Amino acid sequence: MSVSEAARPVPNGPAPTPRGGPGGKTLRKDRWWLQPLVTVVVLVLFIAYSTWSAFNKVNYFHDPYLSPFFSPCLAASCPEQVRWASLNLMPWISPAIYILVFPLGFRMTCYYYRKAYYRSFWQSPPGCAVAEPHKKYTGETRLPLILQNLHRYFLYFAVIVNLILAYDAVLAFRFPAENGHHGGFGFGVGTAVITINAILLAMYTASCHSCRHLIGGRLNHFSKHPVRYKLWGIVSKLNPHHPKFAWISLFGVALTDVYVRLVASGTITDYHWIF
Amino acid sequence: MTELADRPTALPAATDKSDVQGTAEMRVWRGDGTTGQFVDYTVDVNEGEVVLDVIHRLQAEQAGDLAVRWNCKAGKCGSCSMEINGKPRLACMTRMETLPKGEQVTVAPMRAFPVIRDLVTDVSYNYEKMKSVPELKLAERKEGEVHRMAQEDISRLQEFHKCIECFMCQNVCHVIRDHDENKPAFAGPRVFLKYAELDMHPLSTQHGEKVAYDEGGLGYCNITKCCSEVCPEDIHITDNAIIPMKERIADRKFEPIVWLGDIRSARKDAKQQKKR
Repeated sequence: MSVSEAARPVPNGPAPTPRGGPGGKTLRKDRWWLQPLVTVVVLVLFIAYSTWSAFNKVNYFHDPYLSPFFSPCLAASCPEQVRWASLNLMPWISPAIYILVFPLGFRMTCYYYRKAYYRSFWQSPPGCAVAEPHKKYTGETRLPLILQNLHRYFLYFAVIVNLILAYDAVLAFRFPAENGHHGGFGFGVGTAVITINAILLAMYTASCHSCRHLIGGRLNHFSKHPVRYKLWGIVSKLNPHHPKFAWISLFGVALTDVYVRLVASGTITDYHWIF
Repeated sequence: MTELADRPTALPAATDKSDVQGTAEMRVWRGDGTTGQFVDYTVDVNEGEVVLDVIHRLQAEQAGDLAVRWNCKAGKCGSCSMEINGKPRLACMTRMETLPKGEQVTVAPMRAFPVIRDLVTDVSYNYEKMKSVPELKLAERKEGEVHRMAQEDISRLQEFHKCIECFMCQNVCHVIRDHDENKPAFAGPRVFLKYAELDMHPLSTQHGEKVAYDEGGLGYCNITKCCSEVCPEDIHITDNAIIPMKERIADRKFEPIVWLGDIRSARKDAKQQKKR
């Protein structure tokens, strides 16, 4: 090429920062804003739906299907088939309220969701190499965000909830007698929905970073703990997929609830076969 | 600052243009650390060339005084870190054809560090922070005993050894990139790898996680993973170093069950010492 193209200053370029480089929010030209935007939209929709569902204490059970938002069902108002306790602190509240804090806390303190909502809701930062709007930043060094370190306790509860959901999945194979037909072992569309949901939630829990640490991450001598090393290896293979499981299981819970509600309200029929 | 107009603009241009396959519109930051501006250039580009090739051509033909730090041109020395189209990247590993065609290519210095000149930044912050990493002290060995480590015990650490110290993880970390005031308290992802090495080493006698939290400011990290996204060596900094260290800190600082275990083992140690 010729040297004809002389250097020319750009009149409206960003002003330098105190460090001497270009200022401005970002020099990125790609659609860095898309991912946080999608995250906000999906999470807001999920929060709106789950809040509506948690407070809507009808049509959450259609024997043998129980919505995962209400499992374990601990209120006195729960159907007998799925009642684990008879809490009656405030009879007017929905049974979902008693247990909501556990899955909510597990997801709120999850290392993946933290990344997702810090980026999208709190814009800290909105994208890599995109300046955040806050004047001050202290991260997770003080209250309330230092409480994110309690993630492992929510994991303990999540494991219990996962076991109960697995039990619910087993119960979903046991159909009641109805319309003159005998009940018993069977399989329905709802059985598949509830079983898949339990598997997805179990995968989300098993791939959790805290789970990985508790299984073997805290060890420095894997060679002295071969079984834990093996298990740590399995969880380490699942761990990179944690974000995927986080989203799929989120959709899974909501769709399972939708399915149970549609069947319970008589909007759709559950196709099932009793053997 | 030396005015751009006063600087020598070009070295003698290369004469053989037979293999030139196209041109690129480059927008390059020119400045001396106190003032600066973007300057536009049109530069020849050949097939397979990387951004660093184009910058070198720019130096050779149009801007002889353009400052750029580089060394191996093979993605192994970590010298040519800069921001290409706003993203931290190695100039020697960014092929021109991977950038959006027909669009101007913006090249700027790393934002988190003070500019020395043009694309060269002062990265001494990182080396200063590295000094906070204690020297590895191995467990004592008995006479005649040799230290042996199993492969499975050190595989985890070997991932961290891939680091080429390009400091792009430090540069992209918003804790210091957007907040200069956090620099005294925050060591950054590169240094967290060092702390993790210290803590996870099978023969280490130190608690790297404690240093990482108390001196390195591990709590500032909100695990938004930009460090992992920009790492040219594909080190999973967040998943394999920072989060495990946060979990180890949770063991020590936020886990009453572990505290009880610690008290128990401390009592046991005290009893054993009394017996001796």
